[in-house]
Amino acid sequence: MSARPRIRWFRFSSPPAFHALVDRLVPWLWGGAALLAVAGLYVGFFVAPPDYQQGNSYRIMFLHVPTAWMGMFLYLLMAIYAIIHLAWRVRLADVMARSLAPTGALMTALALWTGSLWGAPTWGTYWVWDARLTSSLILLFLFLGYLALHAAATDREKGGRAASLLAIVGVVNVPIIYFSVKWWNTLHQGMSVTATDAPSMAPSMFAALLLMTLACWLYAAAIGLRRAQVEALERSADAGWVRRVMLGETDAGTGQHDGDPGSAVLERGRH
Amino acid sequence: MKRRNKRLGIVVSALAGLGIATALVLNAFQDALVFFITPSEVMAKTEMPERNFRIGGLVEEGSVIRDPQSTEVTFRVTDTAESVTVVFDGILPDLFREGQGVVAEGRIGPDHVFRAYNVMARHDENYMPAEAQEAIERAGHPGDAAGGY
Repeated sequence: MSARPRIRWFRFSSPPAFHALVDRLVPWLWGGAALLAVAGLYVGFFVAPPDYQQGNSYRIMFLHVPTAWMGMFLYLLMAIYAIIHLAWRVRLADVMARSLAPTGALMTALALWTGSLWGAPTWGTYWVWDARLTSSLILLFLFLGYLALHAAATDREKGGRAASLLAIVGVVNVPIIYFSVKWWNTLHQGMSVTATDAPSMAPSMFAALLLMTLACWLYAAAIGLRRAQVEALERSADAGWVRRVMLGETDAGTGQHDGDPGSAVLERGRH
Repeated sequence: MKRRNKRLGIVVSALAGLGIATALVLNAFQDALVFFITPSEVMAKTEMPERNFRIGGLVEEGSVIRDPQSTEVTFRVTDTAESVTVVFDGILPDLFREGQGVVAEGRIGPDHVFRAYNVMARHDENYMPAEAQEAIERAGHPGDAAGGY
C-alpha cells in the first residue's frame, strides 16, 4: 500500500460520481469565493491608493479585469470540453461546456459593462469600435450563440454536437481578444499584468486584483459545477442512480450503498 | 479507440486550418483593424486622405493653447518623431493633459491642420499612487509613467 491516497480521476466522468463530487466541493467553493471577494473588495476600496491620474475611478478594474479574464478563460475551457465531447463522445463534457456558457456570458457582459462605465470618464466615450472592444463583444455573442444553438434542436444530443462545433470554431477569437492590444493600435490600453513582467501597478492594487480574480474563479467553479450537476440529473432523469439521489434513498457522497455500481461512488481513495 | 483518435485528428486539423485562415484574414485587413494612425504615418502619406480618420499619439508638452473666448483648443499630437496640429472645439475628457495619450477623430485639411470633432483620452497600462508619480518626477524621469506607446 502506498502512503498517498490515489485519486482515480476517470471515475468522475461517470455521472453518479460527478454528482457526489459536486455536492462535496460546492460549499467550499462558495465559502472561498465569498471570503476572497470580501477581502478583495476591502483591499480594493480601503487599502489600495487612488491612481495618480484617474483618482478613484480606476477601482472598477477590480471587477472589470477579473470578469474579462474569466470570460476568456471560460470560453477556452468550454472549447476544450467541446473537443472532448466531439472527439470522444463524452456526454459529461457536453454537460460541462453547456454549464459554463451562461457564466461565461455573464462575465463577458460584466466586463463590457464595467469597461463602458470606466471609459466614459476616462476616455470620454462609452464605446468605440476598436479591436479589443469589438472582439470582446463577439465573445459575448459567441456565448449567446452557443446557448441558442444548444437549445435549437429538439434532441439535446444533436443540439449539443452543433453547439460544440460552434464553440470550437469560436475559440480563434480568444487569442485575438488577448493580443489585440499588442497587434493593433487600440484605444484600450496595453496589458498591465503579463506572465513575464512585473505588473505595472502598485502592489496593493495588484493584491486586490489577485484576490478578486481568485474569488471570480471560485465563484465560476461553484456555479458551473452546480449547473452541470443539475443538467446531468435532467439528462439521465430515468436512470436508477438519479431516482435514488432524488428520493434521498442513498447518500451518494458516502459510497455506502451496497453492491450497486451506479451509486457506489467516490470512496475516499484507498489508503 | 481508433475512431476516437480519428475524430480528434479531424477536430484538431480543422481548428488549425481555421486558425491559419483567420491569421491570414487579420493580416490582410491590418489597416482596417487599427483604431488610429500615428502622426508619422500621416506625414508619410503623399496625399492627405479626404475623409474622417483617427489620429493617435501623445499631447506634446507645452503645445496646448486654449482660446479664452470659446471652448476651442489647439494642441499638437506627437509620436516623438512627427507631430500634427489638432484644432478641437468641444469638451475634452478629464484625462486630457500634456504628455498623455490622446486619440482625435476628424479630418485633415490641405494646411495639414487636423480638425477634430471628437477627442478621446487614451490611458496607459500604468497604475500608481500619486506619491510614486512624484518620486519618478523627482528622480528626473518625467513622462516615464506615460510611456504607453
